[in-house]
Amino acid sequence: MLDSYLPIIVLIVIALAFAVGTIVMSHLIGHRKPSAVKLAPYECGMPLVGSARERLSIKFYIIAMLFIVFDIEAVFLYPWAVVFKRLGMFGFAEMGVFIFILLVGYVYVWKKGALEWE
Amino acid sequence: MQVLFFYLVALVTVISGVIVVAAKSPVNSALALVNTFFCLAVFYVMLSAPFMAAIQIMVYAGAIMVLILFVIMLLNMGVEPFKKFTHVTWGVVAGSLVLMLTLFFISRGQPTKVVGAITRDVILKEGHTELIGKSLFVNFLLPFEITSILLLVAIIGAVILAKKEV
Amino acid sequence: MPEWLVTTILILVKLGFVFFLLLTGAAYMVLAERKLLGRMQLRYGPNRVGPFGLLQPLADAVKLVTKEDFIPSQADKFLFFIAPGIAAVTALLTFAVVPFGPPIRLFGREVPLVICDLNIGVLYFLGLSSLAVYGVTLGGWASNSKYALLGSIRALSQLISYELSMGLAIVPVVLMARSFSLTNIVNAQAGLPFAILNPPAFLIFLVSVLAESKRIPFDLPEAENEIVAGFHTEYSGMRFGLFFVGEYINVIILSSMVTVLFLGGWHGPLLPGIVWFFLKVGFISFLFIWTRGTLPRLRYDQLMHFGWKILVPLALVNVIVTGAILLLLNPAKG
Repeated sequence: MLDSYLPIIVLIVIALAFAVGTIVMSHLIGHRKPSAVKLAPYECGMPLVGSARERLSIKFYIIAMLFIVFDIEAVFLYPWAVVFKRLGMFGFAEMGVFIFILLVGYVYVWKKGALEWE
Repeated sequence: MQVLFFYLVALVTVISGVIVVAAKSPVNSALALVNTFFCLAVFYVMLSAPFMAAIQIMVYAGAIMVLILFVIMLLNMGVEPFKKFTHVTWGVVAGSLVLMLTLFFISRGQPTKVVGAITRDVILKEGHTELIGKSLFVNFLLPFEITSILLLVAIIGAVILAKKEV
Repeated sequence: MPEWLVTTILILVKLGFVFFLLLTGAAYMVLAERKLLGRMQLRYGPNRVGPFGLLQPLADAVKLVTKEDFIPSQADKFLFFIAPGIAAVTALLTFAVVPFGPPIRLFGREVPLVICDLNIGVLYFLGLSSLAVYGVTLGGWASNSKYALLGSIRALSQLISYELSMGLAIVPVVLMARSFSLTNIVNAQAGLPFAILNPPAFLIFLVSVLAESKRIPFDLPEAENEIVAGFHTEYSGMRFGLFFVGEYINVIILSSMVTVLFLGGWHGPLLPGIVWFFLKVGFISFLFIWTRGTLPRLRYDQLMHFGWKILVPLALVNVIVTGAILLLLNPAKG
């Protein structure tokens, strides 16, 4: 089984070598004159205000959670699509129910305003 | 060759697993967990289950770990927010219990024997995804539909958790 | 020659070819983009280095390597180091499953023009694109700068949202081709490409791919006039270069995915297959540049609304409709 993946393993090695190689090369060739101001985070040249480790809006968190749910739904769709022809009408009805139940959830999310960005 | 590769990946998996627990920064911990998932995907490939490998990457590494990473960033956890782990005794007790259980199950079964009708040749002939599709949508119809209810509950839970006024 | 040696050499030659092609392709894509954008804005674009500015990519590469390569003092050094690597490596790996030509005969044997024809090719692509999120997010977070953090959070949300509609738009393709293997999908389009058979899926996929590439009109993660450069604000030298190369390799790969999944891959009249493939990829890449020269940037709420309220439900409905039509066309045969 692994044999057919051999080219990918080789490609992973080459790609890693490329990434590491270029960074090391840049590290060796590039000149370096660090100073405190240069190494400070960029804020348009002004003195820093506060910390960059701020708490973020919960909106992003909802999106990530919804993404997991719908991603899992999509994962169920893939094997279904491959065997769809063999399952025929039965499989279609089955997936219809599945998608319908999730669409109910989707409408709920929409109605509750979880998809809104104010 | 195959065995050598297995041990190499196994070593990486175990090391990443240790890093998950031992890393000081939660982000590094999460990354090590991603690496562990990646190694598990390699194991699935070695077991002739490429579909499972892809799902492992897509769902665990690509969706669930993204959420965890998001939460770590969202909650603004600094380096080592927890106190140093002091319950060494309890850790040893729990660890040895798990080890004993594992050994018990390994000694009772035959972990290297092929069990069931799905062998490597069947998979190569039929295709792994096709086999999963057939058993999922024919034999395990009810669990599959119940999954959709479970996902619905998850959606509602996510909204209620995050929204103040529901 | 022994059999395994031939196989190994073939793999290495193909790998070398693809690697060379991707890197030069990405480099010249930058030049083509600058030239075309210049033309669209009634300027010349780069034309100083070499004839017609053709040596510009080389000059850029030399410049990037020799630039000062510093790490911000407050950054998380380890993550700051590996993030651009993740971005470039995930981009480079994706091309492994893309078939760029019909099988050719070489040394008396059939050689498929694809590095590795996995039977889960589509899922391999989706898996890698979900891993690509990490490069951007970690890079922005590790920089410990406000602009970078904002950029990476935006990128994360945008990428996962559009990954969803991208994945759902692929389902009809799998339905029609009944396989995950990209070679089989291309062969299933020998008659008519899926873009004609299923235009909604094609459009959803195209828009999602534009959003996945994080370019105008979806370039909110780097929106230079509000958050400077977003997730790579703090990066310099070759580390910035890796992000940059990764982005352009990504454009080439997404274009080739559009070609393979919807435009019939190498199929086409008269010209040899491999030429057709690269023509189509070139055309879609041109489309990427063209939209950049034409459209303004979306607002973040518009971006999320568009993804979640239009593309996702549309893609879901499209899956069901495609299934129904396929059932009507050829009723189940057991």
